[in-house]
Amino acid sequence: MMYDRILIRYGEISTKGRNRNKFIDKLRKSVRKAIEEFPNAVIQADRDRMYVLLNGEDGIQVSDRLKKVFGIQSFSPAIKVEKDIEKMKQAALALVNDLFSEGKTFKITGKRSDKFFELDTNGINHEFGGYLLNRISGLKVDVRNPDINLQIEVREEAAYLSAETIRGAAGLPVGSSGKAMLMLSGGIDSPVAGYLSMKRGVEVEAVHFASPPFTSERAKQKVIDLTQKLAEVSGQMVLHIIPFTEIQQTIHKQVPANYTMTTTRRLMLRITDRIRERNGGLAIITGESLGQVASQTLESMYAINEVTSTPILRPLITMDKTDIMDIAAKIDTLEISNLPYEDCCTVFVPSSPKTKPKLEKVQHFESYFDFEPLIEKAVNDTETIIVKPGMGQQLEEDLF
Amino acid sequence: MIYFDNSATTKPFTEVLESFMKVSSSYFGNPSSLHQVGGQAEKLLSQAHAQIAKILGVKTSEIVFTSGGTEGNNLAIKGIAMEHRGRGKHIITTEIEHDSVRNSVKQLEELGFEVTYIPVTKDGRVNPADIERAIRHDTILVSVIHINNEVGSVQPIQEIGTLLKDFPKIYFHVDHVQGVGKLPLDFYRYGIDLCTISGHKFHGLKGTGALFVKDGVRISSLLSGGGQEGKRRNGTENVAGMVAMAKALRMSEDLRKQKVDQLRQILGTIKSGLKQIPEATIHTPETNEAPHILNFSLKGIKAEVFVHALEQEGIYVSTTSACSSKRNAPSKTLIAMGVSTDQAESAIRISLSYENTLQEAERAVKAIQNSVKRLREVMK
Repeated sequence: MMYDRILIRYGEISTKGRNRNKFIDKLRKSVRKAIEEFPNAVIQADRDRMYVLLNGEDGIQVSDRLKKVFGIQSFSPAIKVEKDIEKMKQAALALVNDLFSEGKTFKITGKRSDKFFELDTNGINHEFGGYLLNRISGLKVDVRNPDINLQIEVREEAAYLSAETIRGAAGLPVGSSGKAMLMLSGGIDSPVAGYLSMKRGVEVEAVHFASPPFTSERAKQKVIDLTQKLAEVSGQMVLHIIPFTEIQQTIHKQVPANYTMTTTRRLMLRITDRIRERNGGLAIITGESLGQVASQTLESMYAINEVTSTPILRPLITMDKTDIMDIAAKIDTLEISNLPYEDCCTVFVPSSPKTKPKLEKVQHFESYFDFEPLIEKAVNDTETIIVKPGMGQQLEEDLF
Repeated sequence: MIYFDNSATTKPFTEVLESFMKVSSSYFGNPSSLHQVGGQAEKLLSQAHAQIAKILGVKTSEIVFTSGGTEGNNLAIKGIAMEHRGRGKHIITTEIEHDSVRNSVKQLEELGFEVTYIPVTKDGRVNPADIERAIRHDTILVSVIHINNEVGSVQPIQEIGTLLKDFPKIYFHVDHVQGVGKLPLDFYRYGIDLCTISGHKFHGLKGTGALFVKDGVRISSLLSGGGQEGKRRNGTENVAGMVAMAKALRMSEDLRKQKVDQLRQILGTIKSGLKQIPEATIHTPETNEAPHILNFSLKGIKAEVFVHALEQEGIYVSTTSACSSKRNAPSKTLIAMGVSTDQAESAIRISLSYENTLQEAERAVKAIQNSVKRLREVMK
């Protein structure tokens, strides 16, 4: 690949009026993090677009990273050339030669924001089209559905040539919409909920409940692995691991079997809310999908949600399981979620949990015991780790 | 000592040995055990998978750990043949493959498979058009070596992969054993379905290797057992060896980025030195050549004699590939390139690593020139 830069087009940012610069700055940071491994690449941002100057870094690999960055509508690998028709022609020929194979068609899309350039749009199309047809035998024009769409854009400072437009992840740059806590179980749904929230610009911190010895070290590792996957989007992610064994055992003793699930969820929510408060979050995200399991009926949500007035974001609430799984596969979390380790929800699940719990009843059962000291203790004993993508979580760094 | 036989094997990096020792003693658990000791071993194993996948630019699930190049090639070829024999029994390969590929398909021939062997030009390169012409409706596999281990000719993997994209039912296997860490391949872009690498060729340990198996490609396993490596390679995993290989690959890739030009320069020095010797014929092609392998003959001087003559000077080179040099058979690659049997029998291979220096090359050139002079007098 002979490209020397990648041209990035903004998504919704362009409509953000006075906050635009803040958004562009967030996007620049996201892009910087996404391409951290390529130290020579330089980012140039202006109001309308951003350029990643490759400086010898691999364009294909950089493109792969950019595909995951929220806030990018689309991007195109491009070459910058002097506004000299001969030089532009040579670059166009080299570029199309690189992409051409027998039977491929092409067209030229000229654009000219520099109105003093000697050729107008039509002139560009004709001049360059003719030039390429003469020099590449077998090349044919197809203006409707070309295999190669060579875009020649003449701007004030130079001309840019590109031949493909790659769709970005769209959405808003991570961190541009404030912070929220994601309840991350290890299942299929919660990572997807986290991903979709990040897509709307939310900075996500994950909260996970661990109940050793009922849940194993591997279950915890699974959650760290999932967090690591999500961290690929944002560069890093904070993960809070809550010691939950004592509380679960207490619930088991204090609450009738068919209500343990409801109380467990209420206490998890209370603890998560406490963690949120300590870390400056504004909402809680869950992977709930209406009617999927006993805790996700409207009656259950009504009984569980009562413990907090913090907004609870449920990005998956109306989605079907198969659609959720499709996204999980796309973001590479499905394979990890499918690993068979027990998590704290599956170990203590009663044989027949209430699908329509009554709020008064659960309040009544909980009134016999003061959970507050246990909650306080769990919050204080929380293990907080910063998870980075790649190899950040090794037993011993120097082994690798 | 000047070690110029790196295509036979390389010296493990000290850091790689340290990792091996550390994992073998502190994390000796079986990754399949449920407890913590097993859990840690499993974690290390999955990190080794992830690191190798990342460096090769593929998914973690696509890396199957093996015991080395021979197993990787066997698993790829026989694994595909056994799994897909219902669909067709025709395999295409080249005349310049490593014995582990050549003899794998030979064995399959005995089981009723048909194999087409594509010849090479005098530059030791296959013509992709020949491969296309050899394709039949019942072809299931094309297996091509990336860098030939004997002469260092680089095969047109990208072109072959591109033409095979029109035949989605044919799997494409590449023996990348000599190429990894020297000339990287873009597996996805080149349409590669299976690809073999071997740890000890890039300063890892013997008995370690990996096979890339693209997601969605099904292979039969050669060994029946407990379902390790995604049921593709059974047997308790060599955790320490794989961690060591992951480290060796990272270090080799770092070195490649810094030093591959220097490697070419060192090889170039030896090459120009050889050109001044009238008896020398260089078999390694001038274009599409590997940065680290040089094959040449010295007219009238037996290869084995010359290897020992250089050995006296503390310089270690080989006759043909290490695997066949003890058998004293002329290089099949050279014969396939049309080199005369006489010349093929006197062929010498020099193969470098990033640890070699320009000074070593200069010393070796002098030693080669002197040895030739000495031997010339005796042999005449």
